[in-house]
Amino acid sequence: MTTLDEGNAPKAAELGVPTAGAPVKTLTHGGALGRTPLWVIRLRLMRRSFATTWGLFRQNKMGLFGLALILLFAAMAIAHPILMATVWDPAIYDPVNGYDAIVTEYTVVEGEPTDPATQISLEEARLTLNPTIKVGDVISVPTQPAPPTLTGEHPHFLGTDPRGRDILSQLLYSTRAAFFLGMVAATTTVLIATTVGAIAAYFGGWIDGGLMRGADLILLMPLLPVLILLSATFEITMVTLGVMIGILSGFGGVAIVLKSQALSIKVKAYIDAARVAGGSDWHVIFRHIVPNVLPLSFLYMMFGVTEAIAIEATLSFFGLLNVPMTWGIMINNAQTNGYLLSGTSYWWLLFPAGLAVSFLCFAFFLVGRGMDEVVNPRLRAR
Amino acid sequence: MTALETPPSTDPQPRGKVPLLEIRDLEMKFPISRGLFRAPVDFVHAVDGINFEIAPGESLGLVGESGCGKSTTGRMLVKLAEPTGGSVMFRDKEYERDVAKVKGREVKEFRRRVQMIFQDPYESMNPRRTIFDTVSEPLAVQKVGSIPERETRVLELLRLVGLTPPENFLFRYPHELSGGQRQRVAIARALVMSPSFIVADEPTSMLDVSIRISIMELMAGLAREFQVSYLYITHDLAVARYMCDRIAVMYLGKIVEIGPTEEILARPKHPYTRALLSAVPVPDPTIRRTPVEIKGGISKAVNPPPECRFIERCPFAAEVCRTNPHPPLEEQGDRHFVACYRVAEIG
Amino acid sequence: MTLSLQDLESREVDRTRPLLEVDRFVMHYKIKAGAVSAVDDVSFTIHEGEAVGLVGESGCGKTSIALSLLRLLPANAQHISGEIRLNGENLFFLSPEEMRRRRWKEIAMVFQGAMNSWNPVYRVGDQIREALDTHYRGVMNYDEQRTHMEKLFSSVGLPPSMLDRYPHEFSGGMRQRAVIAMALSCGPQLIIADEPTTALDVIVQDQILKELKRIQADMGMSIVYISHDIAVIAEVTDSLGVMYAGNLVEYGPTAQVFARPRHPYAYLLLRSTPSISGPRRQLAPLKGEPPDLLNPPTGCRFHPRCPFATERCVVEQPPLEDIGDGHRVACWHHDEVPELEAALQR
Repeated sequence: MTTLDEGNAPKAAELGVPTAGAPVKTLTHGGALGRTPLWVIRLRLMRRSFATTWGLFRQNKMGLFGLALILLFAAMAIAHPILMATVWDPAIYDPVNGYDAIVTEYTVVEGEPTDPATQISLEEARLTLNPTIKVGDVISVPTQPAPPTLTGEHPHFLGTDPRGRDILSQLLYSTRAAFFLGMVAATTTVLIATTVGAIAAYFGGWIDGGLMRGADLILLMPLLPVLILLSATFEITMVTLGVMIGILSGFGGVAIVLKSQALSIKVKAYIDAARVAGGSDWHVIFRHIVPNVLPLSFLYMMFGVTEAIAIEATLSFFGLLNVPMTWGIMINNAQTNGYLLSGTSYWWLLFPAGLAVSFLCFAFFLVGRGMDEVVNPRLRAR
Repeated sequence: MTALETPPSTDPQPRGKVPLLEIRDLEMKFPISRGLFRAPVDFVHAVDGINFEIAPGESLGLVGESGCGKSTTGRMLVKLAEPTGGSVMFRDKEYERDVAKVKGREVKEFRRRVQMIFQDPYESMNPRRTIFDTVSEPLAVQKVGSIPERETRVLELLRLVGLTPPENFLFRYPHELSGGQRQRVAIARALVMSPSFIVADEPTSMLDVSIRISIMELMAGLAREFQVSYLYITHDLAVARYMCDRIAVMYLGKIVEIGPTEEILARPKHPYTRALLSAVPVPDPTIRRTPVEIKGGISKAVNPPPECRFIERCPFAAEVCRTNPHPPLEEQGDRHFVACYRVAEIG
Repeated sequence: MTLSLQDLESREVDRTRPLLEVDRFVMHYKIKAGAVSAVDDVSFTIHEGEAVGLVGESGCGKTSIALSLLRLLPANAQHISGEIRLNGENLFFLSPEEMRRRRWKEIAMVFQGAMNSWNPVYRVGDQIREALDTHYRGVMNYDEQRTHMEKLFSSVGLPPSMLDRYPHEFSGGMRQRAVIAMALSCGPQLIIADEPTTALDVIVQDQILKELKRIQADMGMSIVYISHDIAVIAEVTDSLGVMYAGNLVEYGPTAQVFARPRHPYAYLLLRSTPSISGPRRQLAPLKGEPPDLLNPPTGCRFHPRCPFATERCVVEQPPLEDIGDGHRVACWHHDEVPELEAALQR
């Protein structure tokens, strides 16, 4: 027997290197469960297994990059309420109701203006502003959308939108919503997919048949048109949208993938061992099958976040969501005011929101790929 | 029904003791489905009406080739598979029941008395649960003892199976252990409820030779100490020789020969047993085996014909084998039962 | 089949003509944690027509040697030193293309798990034809190939019509016979059989082993059997090497090694193998577990588990010493083993 003394215990096992018979730090001594509660030991074990997972994940540079991006977005989401409470005047910087515009004064002249910076022709003024304007009037015209301004009393680092609202504030505010939605959708996906997959795999027979035909049906439905239809019929908030995306994607493709994973676990001898021990069906499902499916579930959770954010952007672009401000609504604002096809001349209206959607999706996707290598040892680079 | 179809009047049982398990006409037929709404017409006869008994503290070896139904038999005895017919009388202290028929809550109660040890030590433990969780699982699901009591019990068992000092193993994961150590943990789990009967399904076939012997010694020693009965399923007759008091030889869902281990090895009577024994390689180049030639290929267990299962491969098959149903087990000497019409002629 | 194994004992081995020489071969696997010393200083010679067995437990290096002979090692394997010579030619000097031409034609292989040896979507005959095409392009026409393959199939006891069947239509034993036919297809001088019967039932195993012995007697090629099953090795080999933790600890004529094992590991391995014949003797268990080859023990690698180990075994690695009749042992205490054996049995 290998000698197991704590003195020269290498860190191998703590780092998760599967060395058979390697000495491991003792967590308790006999009868210690009475003194050290079991949950304290479990916490220590969890910390150790987390360290292992992190050690593997850390080796994937793209995954780390994705994680850094997510942290950046998280910082943005946290920054918004702080900024609103401290340096930003709510009247000006509120993402929905704020207003600020640089006002330029023009003198109305007959015919072509000689100085376009201070003069405006009567025809143009009557056409665009007010038909009662007379020659010689001095009118004030606000510049909105306004390009970024970095100085002044109220700088707008990303400019303002067609209604004079600060783009940066909108962007930061929407980050929070995107995170929230992504998490709700992903959690629902994982909960439903894991439960459906594990139950279908474990019981088989008509339960499996019924659940899988249901999954096929949902898989057949085109997700986006269905959601558009639903949001046109009902009033949809971020929570209901998250849950709906979760149900539709969780009960569909992800459930089928997780069921096949659960099937490969169901045939393992430790399932039989648990049954011979007297474990009930639910004991076997939730103590043995689900914990072994969970890593794969978390992987799909990451991809689920990506999908939910993209769907949210699309739906709010169409104005189908009952939410004050999101990245999709920002793009929608640009579109309804006719700036969508303006190219790069009004870049601040489109690019911040568009890039934010893309990068957040990208970040979760990268983390998902990084986790894929942790979950599927076959993909691991030796 | 002809006289030959009735169960043997003298049962293949060890004398003088009330058996712990009494298996009668145990049967497992899988239907081969021909579509959702059509009744199945073909059945795989995985286990086809077998009879045997196991005494308290006795170890019965079930040997045969892959697909002969030995594993299915073991699984039925711990209710991992539901028999399609027959009975399994289980008589333990103040417990007497036909466990082939118990259902629902009663199954859980029955499982306090039986356990199973599996072949693959790498698959018989949940990789995400610690050794403590694995070994104490039967206690936890049966709600026995408090957590500190369970820990004491687990430590005691780990020490018993030779994992010392046991504290060092309590909160390790299976992947940190070697194959031999894992099989020791599996034995500890099997013994934690002090069962009276354990089904061991090829528990040493995946282990290296040097580790195999110590696991075999451990299992035999613990069986003696705790009066545990084993059904020891194996394809390796040499291992069965060291582990079992009696051996039952299975062929295509039928027991063809059953008797005391040394008796079967020294005087095999069924042509199949003879062929099986003669094919086992001997780790001694000076020993010359005399091979018994049987025809190749294993017959299919789908809707088998009524006559002797071995008839297609048997070199001694005669008219009596073709015209009668599968022969019953008949006593040929002390506690030695053979299912063959021509035992006397080919002896 | 009326031939029994004993009838084949008359086979002659020409001990003056070495076919394959493994000379002080050292090989590592590179992993993240360091170098795994999988094969360490192994030397042995296979003569023409000889059947050699390598036995040992999992991880002892026997399969690494088999793969080295074929140069089929995984990418993280490193050849450190030593030579493997086939007909006097160092295999490590060959280009991959030259090596490929020698596979099947000079060295062929029969691996364990016959199911994985076949591509399920092609007929078995077509897969053998592929090997023939590689080595006899333009030499054999289609009909000649067919005749040759039918002959091969009959020689391994399969009906020639089975050539037109798919792998899934074969039973386990038939599939392994077909693998043997494939290995014979290009008339190799050496066949490497790595656990050729491990997944098979005992009756089928017996038939396959007989078949291999008969073919060897007919065709006169050499076979390297690699197995963890000492009983199988005992029945089919002329010479036997016992491996432990990357070392060859004992090598010699099979009968002699079995009659008088001189290395404590070989001794304990033989004594811990249950048998169905002979008296039911006490089995001697080996204590402990095989070492971690990332950090192999100093001196003799067996010393932590050895009941006879002394101070010297801990510091000095014993050489593989000839103790007469080609029987070689790597143990400082090999002459004491018989006495200690008696002591152990008391």
